[in-house]
Amino acid sequence: MELTKDLPTGAQEFPGHIHQTPGGGIVVSSFDGLINWARSNSLWPLTFATSCCGIEMMSVASAKYDFSRFGFEVARATPRQADVIIIAGTIVNKMGPVLKRLYDQMADPKYVIAMGACAISGGPFFYNTYSVVKGADHIIPVDVYIPGCPPRPEALLHALITLQEKIKSGLTREQIREESKA
Amino acid sequence: MYTQTEIIKDTTGIGSEGELVINVGPQHPATHGVLHLVITLNGETIKKIEPHLGYIHRSIEKMCESLNYRQFIYVTSRMDYLSAHINNQACALCVEKGMQIEVPDRAKVIRVLMAELTRIASHELWLGAMAMDLGAFTPFFYTFRERELITDIMEETCGARLTMNYMTPGGVTFDLHEDFQKKVKQFVIQFKEKVTEFEDLVTNNVIFRNRTEGVGIISPADAISYGCSGPVARASGVVSDLRKIAPYDAYDRVEFEEVLDTRGDSFARYIVRVKEMMQSIRIIEQLIDNIPEGDFQAKTKAVLKLPKGEFYSRVETARGELGVYIVSEGGTTPYRIKFRSPGFSNLSALDHMASGSKIGDLMATMGTLDLVIPDIDR
Repeated sequence: MELTKDLPTGAQEFPGHIHQTPGGGIVVSSFDGLINWARSNSLWPLTFATSCCGIEMMSVASAKYDFSRFGFEVARATPRQADVIIIAGTIVNKMGPVLKRLYDQMADPKYVIAMGACAISGGPFFYNTYSVVKGADHIIPVDVYIPGCPPRPEALLHALITLQEKIKSGLTREQIREESKA
Repeated sequence: MYTQTEIIKDTTGIGSEGELVINVGPQHPATHGVLHLVITLNGETIKKIEPHLGYIHRSIEKMCESLNYRQFIYVTSRMDYLSAHINNQACALCVEKGMQIEVPDRAKVIRVLMAELTRIASHELWLGAMAMDLGAFTPFFYTFRERELITDIMEETCGARLTMNYMTPGGVTFDLHEDFQKKVKQFVIQFKEKVTEFEDLVTNNVIFRNRTEGVGIISPADAISYGCSGPVARASGVVSDLRKIAPYDAYDRVEFEEVLDTRGDSFARYIVRVKEMMQSIRIIEQLIDNIPEGDFQAKTKAVLKLPKGEFYSRVETARGELGVYIVSEGGTTPYRIKFRSPGFSNLSALDHMASGSKIGDLMATMGTLDLVIPDIDR
């Protein structure tokens, strides 16, 4: 059955398939697509800001950039209610185990965004320092990387949309890695 | 290397019978970063607060030892990122003092203008974040509206929104953007209009006043002995504004008042910061039409060499007194650098301020200290 024929322009097509059953009811199948679509539009970030990038993360929450347009506004302070952890700032060796513990406490499915040069590679502190972890991906797996020191708020918005697209595609990290190799 | 280690420490010995030890942080929304407080409670009353640091220790001081006198300023922007300009200014002043570089008038005025804009941006962010700690979300949007105007002005001239790296020994790195004066004037007009909104929303709010008045009191004598500076000291009536006491750059040619309060509680610290924003506006208004013509940078050698000796300079950041102490062996890199950060001393007074009060008051006390943890840990 074609329910999506007379969509107004700009409206999103319903993901998944709709089957008509005898008696007038409909059955929705391909739940993965549906669930991924719903999931990608209500990602709750954990307020995890260690340094400067946290201020730009706050800017994204402010009215000028407003990440609630994409379903991100419910910032949670506890990892148990959060879906995505935005690592905004440097991770030092003392903080490493804390980050790992926070990640472990989050419920599946969980996603990670590494915001800024420090979270990617140690940033401006990568050389000559004894205390900085040279990239958060030494500790937990990262889905999206944002370069910059600190990145602009638009860059964070772009990363959030990239993450949404990644979730909608329904692939695991390993599958995406395999695809990009091929 | 990064194996799972035990985070919760053995708390035996900290608390005795009838006492409860709770950990606030390192992941906590009100610590504004990664501060870890071990709080000993008796019922609901705080007996002791022990701050644990080091969760964002990036070894900036050690790094500076291997960077030359132009490079190390870039790292200090990441120290107290809310007053990045003023950090850079402190370092530039210290190097200039050592090399006896005469800074052109234009650069001095530009530095003061930028520093005051940074101070307003910092105080505005603090106001929004502090109100959020106390459970009010709306002021955050109001304050960020004006703060975005400042970051736009910064971006036009310096190329960055937050970590500007605009100051350099001898002046500033670029000349001002041609729209700078126009944009700043627009900002001043809008800010003056909208500042009454903060007053209506926060200052005269019954809940806010009840939560902050008489909370976290520190006496002038204690403020001095703990080494408090900035708005924390001034809210207790301690005269400590370095822009008045030891004017640097162009502060000796502007008129402004040092904001003082004698109550010493959280509300006084709030009032001091709000009034300080108005004084910053006053400074900007005096200078914006009087930017002297001329060079924006003194002619210096490409490689700077500080003579052998010890050099110290201090500036007033949005949080208090920032000191830069350089020991030079005569080479192109410092032998040792020490930063005296305002947040560290202010945090040390937290135990004194909050002991004996209820745990619910802790966030009002800590919020008005305006802590930036990377500044404390460095």
